[in-house]
Amino acid sequence: MGLITGLQSVSLVEVEEGTRVMAPNIIITSFDKLINWGRRSSLWPMTFGLACCAIEMMATYASHNDLDRMGIIPRGSPRQSDFMFIAGTVTKKMSEIVRRVYDQMPEPRYVISVGSCANSGGIFNTYSTVQGCDTFLPVDVYIPGCPPRPEAFIEGIIRLQEKIKHEEFRWSRWR
Amino acid sequence: MEPLQIAEKIKEKFPESWVDVKEFRGQVSVTLKKERIVEICSFLHDDPDLSLDYLVDLCGADYLGKKEKRFEVVYHLYSIPLRHAIRLKAEVPESDMKIDSVVPVWIGANWHEREAYDMFGIVFRGHPDLRRILLPETWEGFPLRKDYPLQGPEKEWSGFLDVLDRAKRYREFEWTD
Amino acid sequence: MEHSEPIVEKPFETKELTVSMGPQHPATHGVLRLVLNLDGENVVKCTPYVGYLHRGVEKLGENRTYLAALPLSDRLDYISSMNNNVGYVNAVEKLFGIEAPERAKYIRTMVAEMGRLSSHIIWLGTHVIDIGATTPFLLAMAQRERILDLFEMLCGARLTVSYPRVGGVRNDISQEFLDTLYEFVLEFPHRIDDYETLVTENRIWKDRTMGVGVISAKEAVNWGLTGGMLRGSGIDYDVRKYVPYDAYDKVDFMVPVGRDPGDCYDRYKVRVEEMRQANRIIKQCVEDLPAGPVMADAPKFTLPPKDLVLKDMEHLIHQFVLITKGPSVAEGEVYVGTEVPKGELGFYFVSDGTGKPYRMRVRAPSYVHASVLPRLSEGGYVADVIANIGTIDIVLGECDR
Repeated sequence: MGLITGLQSVSLVEVEEGTRVMAPNIIITSFDKLINWGRRSSLWPMTFGLACCAIEMMATYASHNDLDRMGIIPRGSPRQSDFMFIAGTVTKKMSEIVRRVYDQMPEPRYVISVGSCANSGGIFNTYSTVQGCDTFLPVDVYIPGCPPRPEAFIEGIIRLQEKIKHEEFRWSRWR
Repeated sequence: MEPLQIAEKIKEKFPESWVDVKEFRGQVSVTLKKERIVEICSFLHDDPDLSLDYLVDLCGADYLGKKEKRFEVVYHLYSIPLRHAIRLKAEVPESDMKIDSVVPVWIGANWHEREAYDMFGIVFRGHPDLRRILLPETWEGFPLRKDYPLQGPEKEWSGFLDVLDRAKRYREFEWTD
Repeated sequence: MEHSEPIVEKPFETKELTVSMGPQHPATHGVLRLVLNLDGENVVKCTPYVGYLHRGVEKLGENRTYLAALPLSDRLDYISSMNNNVGYVNAVEKLFGIEAPERAKYIRTMVAEMGRLSSHIIWLGTHVIDIGATTPFLLAMAQRERILDLFEMLCGARLTVSYPRVGGVRNDISQEFLDTLYEFVLEFPHRIDDYETLVTENRIWKDRTMGVGVISAKEAVNWGLTGGMLRGSGIDYDVRKYVPYDAYDKVDFMVPVGRDPGDCYDRYKVRVEEMRQANRIIKQCVEDLPAGPVMADAPKFTLPPKDLVLKDMEHLIHQFVLITKGPSVAEGEVYVGTEVPKGELGFYFVSDGTGKPYRMRVRAPSYVHASVLPRLSEGGYVADVIANIGTIDIVLGECDR
């Protein structure tokens, strides 16, 4: 305690609200901020393509748009991933598997719903299609489009990062 | 060979199965009774002058209220060496929804017949593995029938209800420590 | 040490293992599920399960007018939507009895071949990435991005284009588009050379694909295989040559075939050569593009030009009727097959005289090719299943419809 009060009198620079830095290597911040910074800077999505949007998702991962620069590396297993793109039409037959894959992901976990079909059923208002994946999944970010452009994907990820940035004390909760 | 000549050949060989022939936009479709369909198909497949060796497509069709015999199984045949095509249609009445499978002639008919069973409920006798293919095993009803609503029946499929129920339980779960 | 009984060598006991592969699996190209019965590394039985993407396209198509069901065909084979659109509009035009003008035919041929390139690029990339090479995927995707940019210049959409319309194409193409495309076409063969340098003579690639998924020509026809799967076995069946549509009878191209019986390597060679031929077709189309209108003069079936709709009451009413009621069509039925990158895509329409199809059936090549997977995989190694999934080149959207 004494150390910190001592330090406060030295030149601490406030780089953003709640985070102060003294050169060269002392940073004072809240635990929430530290954890959120870690979480949002290396989001690992699960490679899980359902339909058309998966092709645009591939294009976003690939050379031209390059998601690696944002710390995003696709993982093959739900147990290693932080969030999931619901990229494409969710059918009733598939819904059980989507839910099971989601349940296998460790907390904290996020869902980005991609494209009209996953958001609302889109043009497929038929007997076999789920009208929006939020009927059985908690969705964090919706990306509109049919299919969304890679830029929209990146925007969606940035929105998710912003959401994570402002979370408080979400260390474990069952959803 | 011209498609009409093929139709003529079928008529000569199987007069008792013959129902009708129609031409539209240069494509000929032959309507047949369903009883001897496998024999007709293997004749078309094996005859060196016809040699219709490629089953392009096999599908069902529902003519509810339009035709006396409600269902039809449609076969599109093509000959790769001789480059001619024909369409066969076998009538299947609602009272007896069974037809012989053509898998012994074209093995590629396997999944097409499973789909016709899945979508229309037409039973293919002698099929090696007749199960639902596109829809889940426990699905009720046959969606491509004309009396099946587009958005599905009122009663939701039980498998999806389970998923909804599980999602609800997990959402409402509270830690009690 | 003493033994109470002599040591007898017991036979090593093994039992069959059942592995469920998919629907969530990076190598199944979507939502295909395979149940594999394994005896060690050998596949005893392989059972594919499809239908996880069954969206009811056929039923939905029967509830829409002919003109309004076009966007559904985009979402069948979403890798090459342009080819699906071309297949759909050709079938509907045959049913209506109209024909697109010459310029529209050339444009359609051109864009369909661009779609073929983009689809084959995805096939090449995913096939090699499944077998273990990442570099060709990244290289190929960079080129695909250029084709998508061209599509965007053409109609504003990257993937689901709906650019070909019944009776022609949506809009005429610009000189800028033609110039950019020509530049691309001149350069692309060198990029194919790059991929071939990396893959064709690669020892690992050859070991993984040669002698894998062998199927004879006779059997391939009996299974109903089309496209690269059939041509890889030595039969030159190609709808573009056998029943020419659009401008395919006016351009010069070659249909590459493999050997009988064909394996994954043959099919690889065939598809790479197809990319070169597609490139040739595009080049010819750009060079020979005739002048003229891009929409057929058939007011009963095609929408009136938009500028007239905005000015003129008659045309507005005409468009309104066509959109709400649909065109009135003669009773009858047609089946039209077209060559899409995967194989023969067929549309079968039954018309009952109203503006909506009474029965719409999609003959999907991927569906047939998925059914042949047990035939290719059983008796081989489990690693070869991945090579086989890559080589059959399926898209589940089209397979499940």
